[in-house]
This record gives sequence, C-alpha cells and structure tokens, in this order.
Amino acid sequence: MTISQISVFVENKFGRLNEILSFLSKENIRIIAATVADTTEYGILRLITTNQHKAFQLLKAQGVSANLSDVLAIKTDASAGKFSETIEYFTKAGISIEYMYCFSDNTSGVVVIRPNNMEAAHEVIRRNSLNCLTESELCGL
Amino acid sequence: MDGFYYQPEIEKMPRKELEALQLERLKWSVKQALKSPFYSKLYGKLGITADTIQTLADLRKLPFTVKQDMRDNYPFGFLAVDKKELIRLHASSGTTGNPTVICHTKHDIDTWANRVARCFYMVGLRDTDVIQNSSGYGMFTGGLGMQAGIEWLGALAIPAAAGNSKRQIKCIMDYGTTAIHAIPSYALRLADVFEEEGIDPRKDTHLHTFLIGAEPHTEETRRKIEERFGVKAYNCFGMTEMSGPGVAFECKEQNGMHIWEDSYIVEIVDPETLEPVPDGEVGELVLTTLDREGMPLLRYRTRDLTRILTEPCPCGRTHRRLDRMKGRSDDMFIVKGVNIFPMQIEKILMQFPELGTNYLITIQPVDNNDELIVEVELGDLKTDDFSKLQSLTKEITHKLKDEILVTPKVKLVERGSLPQSEGKAVRVKDLRKLV
Repeated sequence: MTISQISVFVENKFGRLNEILSFLSKENIRIIAATVADTTEYGILRLITTNQHKAFQLLKAQGVSANLSDVLAIKTDASAGKFSETIEYFTKAGISIEYMYCFSDNTSGVVVIRPNNMEAAHEVIRRNSLNCLTESELCGL
Repeated sequence: MDGFYYQPEIEKMPRKELEALQLERLKWSVKQALKSPFYSKLYGKLGITADTIQTLADLRKLPFTVKQDMRDNYPFGFLAVDKKELIRLHASSGTTGNPTVICHTKHDIDTWANRVARCFYMVGLRDTDVIQNSSGYGMFTGGLGMQAGIEWLGALAIPAAAGNSKRQIKCIMDYGTTAIHAIPSYALRLADVFEEEGIDPRKDTHLHTFLIGAEPHTEETRRKIEERFGVKAYNCFGMTEMSGPGVAFECKEQNGMHIWEDSYIVEIVDPETLEPVPDGEVGELVLTTLDREGMPLLRYRTRDLTRILTEPCPCGRTHRRLDRMKGRSDDMFIVKGVNIFPMQIEKILMQFPELGTNYLITIQPVDNNDELIVEVELGDLKTDDFSKLQSLTKEITHKLKDEILVTPKVKLVERGSLPQSEGKAVRVKDLRKLV
C-alpha cells in the first residue's frame, strides 16, 4: 500500500538543486513528483521517481545524504472538495499529517501524505476504500 | 643490527638501569651536538660543555631548542657529521616558512627502522603480515619511515601512499592487506568509500590492525575506526624533528603510548613558564634525542600537549606512556576569553551517529564579538523529518556549550562539502587574523 520516497539533504547553495536533478536526468530517471521544504540553511528535497531503488543507490554512490521512507499516494478525481475530503478521513481518525504534497490535472489528482501513524492510516484507507496507488500505478501516470 | 626489533631486555629494563643508559647516551648526545655549528655556537656562549651533564637532572641546564632555530639555521646548521656520512634527508612541508630538515646517517636510519619495527611487534604484527602504508611518501617521514620499519620487521610492505581511495581499496582486496597505517581522518574517509563501493571491510577483507597517528584525534574516532573496519586501531606518535613515526606507540593495552626512552628523554613543561609540570599533568612535550648522529636535537619543544601516565603498564614495558595528544599548544584558540582545543569539539561531534566525520571550525568577528561556527557534515540521512534535524542541531549546540562554555553556531552541511583530508585535515579557520 505504501510507496517509497527519497529524501535528500540539500544545502542552500546556488545551483545545488539543479546539480541533483540533472544528475538523475543523465541517468534517465524520470521524476514523478518532487517537493522542497527549506530552512535558511538547508532543505529536504523529497522525490518520487520511476526507479526509486536505482535513484537512491546512485545518489548514495555520489555521497549524497539520502533516506528512503514510506508515504501514501492516494488518487482522487479532480472535482472540487476531493482534496479536503481525503484529508478529513485522516483527521476524523485522529491521524496527523507530518507533511503532504499533491498534484492534479483536469481529470484526476494524487495526494501524497506522510501520516504520523502508518498502521492507523492503512486502516482508514481500507475502511473508506480509498484508491491507494502502488509504485507501478504511480509510474504509469 | 639485523634481527632486532623485539628487545625485551631494553623494553622491560628496570627503571634504574634505563636511566643509567639514558645518562650515558645523553652525555654522548651533547658531545655529538657540540660538533654542529648551531649547538657549538650556542653552548660556547653559555659555557656548556660535555662535562655539564653529570646526572639526568643536569639536562635542565641546557636551553630549549625551538622550531624557529631550525628554520633560522636551515638547512644544515644542526648537522653534526660530515655530509658524506649522510644517506637520507627528510623535511617537513614548510608551508609557514623554511622547511624543517633532518639528515640521517646509516646508523640513524637503522635505529629508526628498528624502533618502528619494535612498535609493530608490540601490537602483534609479524613478518607474515601485509602492511599497507597510506601515508604520503617523498620528503614526509610517514612514508619512508614506516616503509623502513615494515621491511625491518620482514613483513610485506604495500607502499600505497596517500589518496586515491578506490585504488587503496583495490590494494587491500587484491594483496590481502592485514594492517594499514593512515591518518585517522583518512581512515574514516576510506570507510565511507568502502560503503559507497558496497564492500564490507569487516567481512570482505583480511584487515585486523590499523595504525593511526600524525594528527590528534579522540578516543571516539578510534572506536569508530575499529567498529567500521572490524579491527584494532593503535595510536602512534612521531614527528619529523624526532626522525618520524615510531617515537611512541600504544601496546595491546591501548592505554597510552610507550615512548622509547632508550632513544629519547621526555620532559613535560608548562608552555608559559617552561617549568616542568608534575607527572600526570598536561603540558608541552619536550624531547631530547639520545642516539641520533646526523642531527641531534636537545630539549626540543614539540608544541604537542600531553601528559605522562604514571602507573606501570600491565604489558611489562618500563618505558613510560604518553597520553593521547591533546592538541598543540599553537592550535589552541581563544573565543570570548575561553581557551578551546579543536579536540574538545571533535570529541562531542563523534558522539552523534547521525554525523559524518568531517568538520570545520570557523571563528568570525561579528560586531566586535567573536562568533564560533561549527560546520559538520551529515552522515547518512536517518530521517526525512525536519524537526528531527533541527533538534539534532540543538542537541549538538547544547553538548558543545557544556564542553567548551561558549555557544557555537552549528551548521549541518552536505557530505563532501568541507575540504577533504588526504593530508592533515584543516580543522580551524580563524578569520580574525585576516582583519
């Protein structure tokens, strides 16, 4: 049910994000979703790619500080209120969202979340029949 | 001389006999030194002759020798033999002035090689071992000095020299290296490269011993090296002025380094007053060579800070032990009126498994106030949670404050972003000196 996400420690230095992204592009790795959270000194770049394992190994071999963690990717349709509805299931179950990011086009949307309690989150997904994507489903988007 | 190296009759000599041997050799060394232009002029002025030394305590009648004397008398002012007797010249890098030059006769090279081999034997290395020397070769003594010791022992030397980590690993794998001599910061760098290559040195190599020295380091760093390679790591001490490696070395007890007192006289003095400190107290190490023909050095101020461990060693050797180097009297820095040694900061940083091994201390003047900045490389990212990185920074700051009494600004940086050490690591940047 979960998919793996790569987190990369990135210093706030001119051109550094570009270096990491272009390195992955040279290795022919497609990025499906990416987000950067930052403080004044450093940031964490979170990535979902078409080949998480390979991307992770390649980054590590470059000496990059990176981590693999589990997140949930939930697919919804693109109508108004779907995003709020999805989050509400978790709130009602008493689950906090540590961080999230989402993307959508005209027909569908994907919400990526990191809940504070993965087991309880799985229960919410089962009970409400949410459409939780696998890695290969996500890559097919 | 062939065939020596384990010399229990000297290594375990009763103190009284050892001191008698020292006195006899000291008299010789003063006589020898008087043949050099530097000492004959200086001692002539002060009225010092070979007869000045009647007891070991008379050593204190001699003035100290400092690095500047060697620079001022560069390159041959300390030479005590005819040049044709010399077979090798070593020199320090000389980045801050003239290099420090030491010339060796055949006797000097042989006794030095024997001391190094004695050290190897003490930590369990034998002629069956394969010893890779990852020290710089050339004029630097860590290369040829160790090399001669390995050959004296009859082990197989791999003179890999410094740097090129992938080639180092290839040597270790292909030649069945069992022991490595490297500076500690480089040993840890090598562990990182092993990991990047997906090789586990604990299982996939024959390594069992590391010899680490040439740069001050903490007990935590040693333990880290032992854990990452699955080896025993022994601390060693040497310096170009005292020939090079093999001056003092740990035995299997790993508790202080036996200094070979048949070759050196040890004094520990207060770096300010230059008076001797009581045994067990930290001060500056002052050494006198006892058996060097080419360039004897008498009462040389090493600038290294350490103390003598007074208790007898369970290994039975009577040569006293030096505690690990606390740093150098000249790399201490003062921030907000507090004396700080880089070692104190390293000791704290090494306690955090989240951190890498490379760090840089910067002292920056900000509005008439000195700011202490500690940049440290992150190891593997163990979290994707910001708040955990921020609380890590906070915890490092607190622990450093407790140790050094000044609140530093701690910055986590990416691995590989600080100057990498293939020679001695640069740990302190004092920007106050530039303004």
